[in-house]
Amino acid sequence: MPTTAPLGEISPAVVDEHGRLSGFVHSVETGAAVDGPGVRFVLFLSGCQFRCLYCHNPDTWKLHNGLPRTVEEVVDEIGKYAGFLKLAGGVTISGGEPLMQAHFVREVFSRLKQQYGLHTALDTQGFLAAHLPDDWFDPVDLVLLDIKHSDPIKYEALTSKPLQPTLDFAKRLARMGKPMWIRYVLVPGLTDDPVDITRLATYLQGLAELAPSCIQRVEVLPFHKMGESKWQALGLDYQLADTPTPSSAAAEAARQIFRDHGLFCC
Amino acid sequence: MNAPAQLQQEAWLGFIAGEWQHKVAVRDFIQLNYSPYSGDAAFLAGPTQRTEALWAKLSELLKQERAAPGGVLDVAADRGTRINAFGPGYIDRNLEKIVGVQTDAPLKRAIFPNTGLRMVEVSLHELGRKLDPQVENTYKYYRKDHNSAVFDVYNPLIRACRSSGIITGLPDAYGRGRIIGDYRRVALYGIDALIAFKQAEKAGTDDLDFTEDVLRLREELSEQIRALGELKEMAASYGFDISRPAITAQEATQWTYFGYLAAVKEQNGAAMSLGRISTFLDIYIERDLRLGRLTEAEAQELIDDLVIKLRIVRFLRTEEYNGLYSGDPTWVTEVIGGMGKDGRTLVSKNSFRFLNTLFNLGPAPEPNLTVLWSVDLPRGFKDFCAKVSIETSSIQYESDDLMRPKWGDDYGIACCVSAMEIGKQMQFFGARCNLAKAMLYAINGGVDEKSGKLVVPGFAPITSEYLDYDEVLERFDAMMSWLAKTYVKALNAIHYMHDKYAYERVEMALHDRDILRTMACGIAGLSVAADSLSAIKFAKVKTIRNEAGVAVDFEIEGDYPAFGNNDDRVDSIAVWLTETFMNKIKQHQTYRNAMPTQSVLTITSNVVYGKKTGNTPDGRRAGAPFAPGANPMNGRDTSGFVAAGASVAKLPYEAALDGISWTASATPDALGHTPADRINNLANCLDGFCNATGFHINVNVLNRETLLDAMDHPEKYPQLTIRVSGYAVNFIKLTREQQLDVINRTFHVHA
Repeated sequence: MPTTAPLGEISPAVVDEHGRLSGFVHSVETGAAVDGPGVRFVLFLSGCQFRCLYCHNPDTWKLHNGLPRTVEEVVDEIGKYAGFLKLAGGVTISGGEPLMQAHFVREVFSRLKQQYGLHTALDTQGFLAAHLPDDWFDPVDLVLLDIKHSDPIKYEALTSKPLQPTLDFAKRLARMGKPMWIRYVLVPGLTDDPVDITRLATYLQGLAELAPSCIQRVEVLPFHKMGESKWQALGLDYQLADTPTPSSAAAEAARQIFRDHGLFCC
Repeated sequence: MNAPAQLQQEAWLGFIAGEWQHKVAVRDFIQLNYSPYSGDAAFLAGPTQRTEALWAKLSELLKQERAAPGGVLDVAADRGTRINAFGPGYIDRNLEKIVGVQTDAPLKRAIFPNTGLRMVEVSLHELGRKLDPQVENTYKYYRKDHNSAVFDVYNPLIRACRSSGIITGLPDAYGRGRIIGDYRRVALYGIDALIAFKQAEKAGTDDLDFTEDVLRLREELSEQIRALGELKEMAASYGFDISRPAITAQEATQWTYFGYLAAVKEQNGAAMSLGRISTFLDIYIERDLRLGRLTEAEAQELIDDLVIKLRIVRFLRTEEYNGLYSGDPTWVTEVIGGMGKDGRTLVSKNSFRFLNTLFNLGPAPEPNLTVLWSVDLPRGFKDFCAKVSIETSSIQYESDDLMRPKWGDDYGIACCVSAMEIGKQMQFFGARCNLAKAMLYAINGGVDEKSGKLVVPGFAPITSEYLDYDEVLERFDAMMSWLAKTYVKALNAIHYMHDKYAYERVEMALHDRDILRTMACGIAGLSVAADSLSAIKFAKVKTIRNEAGVAVDFEIEGDYPAFGNNDDRVDSIAVWLTETFMNKIKQHQTYRNAMPTQSVLTITSNVVYGKKTGNTPDGRRAGAPFAPGANPMNGRDTSGFVAAGASVAKLPYEAALDGISWTASATPDALGHTPADRINNLANCLDGFCNATGFHINVNVLNRETLLDAMDHPEKYPQLTIRVSGYAVNFIKLTREQQLDVINRTFHVHA
């Protein structure tokens, strides 16, 4: 790395006229406490090949909706917070789907590690991970793996892509001993069937047996509609307008299923 | 030292001997004898039935006080207060483990004519009461008060600055406060030894030439000795002989409190801070626990009881004063935690017990519990602090890592953010001047934008339609020079007269003779001034003038970077302003050669400052509140909490040694998914902020909806506490304007 070759659906590396590697950045959040451990700088990249019905950032779908920023620019901006982030939490790269810009992401992570020794987390659905070699993940301390459904048919209906690559990736991370947090968005009527949740919990339990400490937690994230206005602004049809947000009891019930499978869940 | 030998022996039994036995050296005693505690909060005891009964009784009185006219339950208007002006008073004598109130009944306020007769008259008048004729005659014919003396020497320009609001909050009508007696000395040595110590200090000046300085000092020492005698008598009226050192933890707590009580009986300083007593008292508690004289529940009772007393310190204030410093604050600031110079933590079990009062008695603004944060604090303590913040929003954090190298490891905080070594340092409190208004004066040639009056003579106005950055900067620089000069003159006048007419006898009796004095200046409106300059530099700012040619409004064409987004283009302007004004202050001779310092702190006066300031070039509307302290302007810190904190952390502590205040509010959800995550994340954030040279942070963890509901239904929220700039207030005691200001402040829904 960096190699500039396209890898499957991974975008080719973008190199400017000065030979500097760039990526498309949608936005940044300087202090998020809900995207990995501690309080973190979150870099939201643009570009995603999924079209999840409940997506709250549809404005990040298109790669070119982001602004091109060089690795140096991004690392320098984060560097301004290094003293804080070193103790408060770290850096999370999210999206969009960051693996669409794997060349850029890898380079940002390694610089952050080298220059500042910051804790790094990758927030991904894992679909493209199979294209990346194991050592790609060396500068990643934690993977926040979004598993959107456990039923292959429903998964594809929800996201427009197949489930298997994500499950394979989870298994691979377990084999590599890479820590992960599993994230599951609870959407009434779509992802809240106990049968589906139990299937996921069972799968994760299997992984936990394979590598006891690698699934550090499962986060059940109740669906919210804060993204609805973005769909409207983009002229897209928001299909979940009438879907209620789950009750806290429903969220707790879902969490209990994971807990019953020996997983730490919150 | 010279307490009856046998009693002194008993008092010091089991303590490690050292220098502290031969001279007044409390830090030495602490260092040799305290037990650092690195565990968690599991050992703490809840409130006993007795504590709950006492608190219930007081809660009833507090309810009556809130309902009373002006929020004042009663006033002892028949006499000027002093240490011994009143006999003993109790909440419930049978229940109290620590005794003593300011007058002869709890929540009954005294009058302090020595610091300002006029304030007494006005506040009594506002309550429909009259000053006792005998008191009036005394001050008319026989004795002068501080306030009258200051006005004898003010010049017309100082008066004009006061009334236009370019300088506000000066302690020229009441006690200056911000002096912390080393109240621990009373417990460790007893009064007789302290008197002997002071006599020896005085004797040390016998052979000096009797210059004005030496004469003043000798008179002060005599007053100090007299005050110690009165303190001893006051304690005797409650049935305690404090001529000797304290023997038990109960006595140590009581003796220390008597020292503090004497101070608040005699002085109505804006801030009457307590110091750093928790780990000191822990030494006595540990000894009693070891000897089986005390249980953990009883130890907690002592601290709960002491804190109950500290919660009911009261002063009689005017409505105007309440507008500046809202919610009846007294700044009984106690610092907790921190690290020692030798690397051991100064956290003791008693640090936990003090914080635990917020659970045992419920949240409260006083005492102003201030955690001295260090990255090296034990994890158990960090987590407990975070938990207390999340559940009570009642504590503030200040960087021990920044202050310790400067002030050692036995400093306290006076008021909000002013560090001073206990018993060895004091400050001349100087409130603050309004930098935003000073910039308008620079633009308008010293003409006040609100009144149209010429306040500062000798300055030409800027006449161009569009403001030119270099021209504004040059004029502003000159205006700041003028302001600094006038400001220091006012402060010199105030402190000269305060020493002369309202000397803090008992507080200074609990100091060394030769102390460091600081002249604590301050600035308000920093973010308004910085953003205005940024607008002039990076956008185009057009002036709109009235018929008289005064620029009364501004139109901004284009965007400008605002302070609070970690953008060096504007943050460097804020740094420049802070350093420049400090340097200008330093040009002037200060009373008693005090070391000039400044703070970036407003308390709640940001609302009043805003009211007195016209439209500003940053787009702020006339009358709109400033941001408090060093905060970015409301709503302009759009890059989140961390970026805002990073901007504030750039302000150099060296140029603001009296403290830099930042208040941040977050919703609970923004701190993490689970209660454990929130605790962990907040503690990590504090580490991060401290590591990034942040100085002070007030943490509120609240939902905006709670505050809105409290505005409509105050009866449901008698103890709802929030942190504002440098102190905490009972939310329902704020004026409506200030409540709205708090609600309108940036709430970070992400951390």
